[in-house]
Amino acid sequence: MPAFFVQFIVLAMLALCSLFIGVADLSPSGIFRMNSEQIDILSISRIPRLCSVIVAGASLSVAGLIMQRITRNRFVSPTTAGTMEWCKLGVMAAIICMPEASSAMRVFGAFAVSLAGTFFFMAVAGKVQNRGIILVPLVGIMMGGVVNACSTFFAYKYDIIQNMAAWLQGNFSLVIAGNYELLYFSVPLMFAAYFYADRFTIAGMGKNTATSLGLNYKSIVNIGLVLVTVISSITVVGVGNIPFVGLVVPNIISIFKGDSVKNILWDTAWFGAALVLLCDIACRVIIYPYEIPIGVVLSIIGSFIFLGLLTRKPRHA
Amino acid sequence: MISTENISKKYRSELVLKGVSTILPTGKIIAFIGSNGAGKSTLLNIISRLIPPSEGSVVIDGKKTSLWNTGDLAKTLTILGQSPQSETRITVKDLVSFGRFPHSNGETTPDDERAVAEALNITGIETLKDRYIDELSGGQRQMAYIAMSVAQDTKYILLDEPLNNLDMGRSVKIMKLMQKLVKEKSKTIFVVVHDINFVSFYADYVLALKDGILKYQGETESIMRPEILSDIYDIDITVENYRGKKICIYYK
Ligand SMILES: Nc1ncnc2c1ncn2[C@@H]1O[C@H](COP(=O)(O)OP(=O)(O)OP(=O)(O)O)[C@@H](O)[C@H]1O
Ligand SMILES: [Mg+2]
Repeated sequence: MPAFFVQFIVLAMLALCSLFIGVADLSPSGIFRMNSEQIDILSISRIPRLCSVIVAGASLSVAGLIMQRITRNRFVSPTTAGTMEWCKLGVMAAIICMPEASSAMRVFGAFAVSLAGTFFFMAVAGKVQNRGIILVPLVGIMMGGVVNACSTFFAYKYDIIQNMAAWLQGNFSLVIAGNYELLYFSVPLMFAAYFYADRFTIAGMGKNTATSLGLNYKSIVNIGLVLVTVISSITVVGVGNIPFVGLVVPNIISIFKGDSVKNILWDTAWFGAALVLLCDIACRVIIYPYEIPIGVVLSIIGSFIFLGLLTRKPRHA
Repeated sequence: MISTENISKKYRSELVLKGVSTILPTGKIIAFIGSNGAGKSTLLNIISRLIPPSEGSVVIDGKKTSLWNTGDLAKTLTILGQSPQSETRITVKDLVSFGRFPHSNGETTPDDERAVAEALNITGIETLKDRYIDELSGGQRQMAYIAMSVAQDTKYILLDEPLNNLDMGRSVKIMKLMQKLVKEKSKTIFVVVHDINFVSFYADYVLALKDGILKYQGETESIMRPEILSDIYDIDITVENYRGKKICIYYK
């Protein structure tokens, strides 16, 4: 499997770069002569950061892929559907109601609110679907904007704006051993996505085709939405809002390998991980020794690619 | 056997299907005819549980559609909608393989692979199998969808205007394929066809709808009569004999 091999090498090289970039001095040549302080840096900070980047990038891409299939719209993703904004609102609600809320409680708050919000989005999307494929993500972005404004308002009102800032822009620099492990729950969710892969693809071909093939269309859509909102919630609580990954990664993969979820799930996860890893490295070296939040970089790259996708010629008449 | 009991369909206050009761024959090609908006697609969609009737019920092999498990029904009956459209970018082979989904649930067996290969073969689209469906011509895409329905290998096959977009040669090929499926695999095929001469040459049995009412039904011979066809299509139609078949002339 040469393609798989190449993918592995690319990811491994990026991972090595990621491990050895940083303020604290650590170099690959010194790997066998590390003192205990250097080992600590690796195990407490660098390796957790690497793992969180990989898991977040891969799982958000998979979430975007699922969302694009079940909404039958390639411009929909956790970012453009407003799901991430609903997650933030949920986290904030959890913090306000229970200031001592554990991460798990925060994920639960994010999940409950974003699930409701995303269902609301789906209902609105269903109404405007026939008026153009572009309208659906626009509605999502608009609703996300309103939700975001609400979150900011309450954050000021309850004086937790400092606390919230961390979620406004995704950031991997705060990841250390002990505070990110929650992210690993996204891994089994990706396996669940693989189990349902064909069903998501078939649901993407429309309700009638799906029903004729014996699927319960509604329940497949609901399962997909639950997977997407859980992944988004875990990511927002773990590392914050990582925008546009779920939008651009599946679209780029689609150009080369099509849309069949089963065929492209691995490539999507890989590319998502590699892209976020690359951006994370860029964030750390551009204004070294300082860091740019990855949310900023991804927003810039993502919105340009989004524009490119919007203006791309439709593939068939 | 499939029968309908007094099914009606209402959109807002408009009745588009009015009390259709019939027992459909099996082991035949059954053509549904009628002018645009007569209710053919609505009837087919109700029979195949894609839309619920406003009144009445459909019984398939002794069980009402509402009581069927949808997965089990997909092993018994398939429907190919009028001009299926999908933005999903998948290959022809993947599309046809999805026809096996009700049987395989995603775990493809050698039997499934054989059925897919055979469907690609008898529809003559083997050479297209690695192409993406969004990069095919309208007729090629139509053939791919037909192949998917064939691969599903169900007792009842419902096809809503399968000849859409197809040239004459392909249309004849599809009608012959239907005859073959009926003869060799004892399938029952319901098909909406607008070209009345295709009906005359290939269908065994005809149901004619007008304004939501099932107005005529019977063996093809008995329906191919000028007064019936003129009534259904609201134009003058002359029927001539040609090599033992009826041929309809409606060009003026
Ligand atoms: N979703 C809908 N909402 C409202 N009216 C509908 C809907 N679907 C169909 N109709 C109406 O029901 C009637 C029957 O439609 P149907 O699609 O069954 O016709 P048809 O016989 O298949 O026509 P064609 O040959 O053009 O395909 C038409 O008058 C149509 O306008
Ligand atoms: Mg129709």
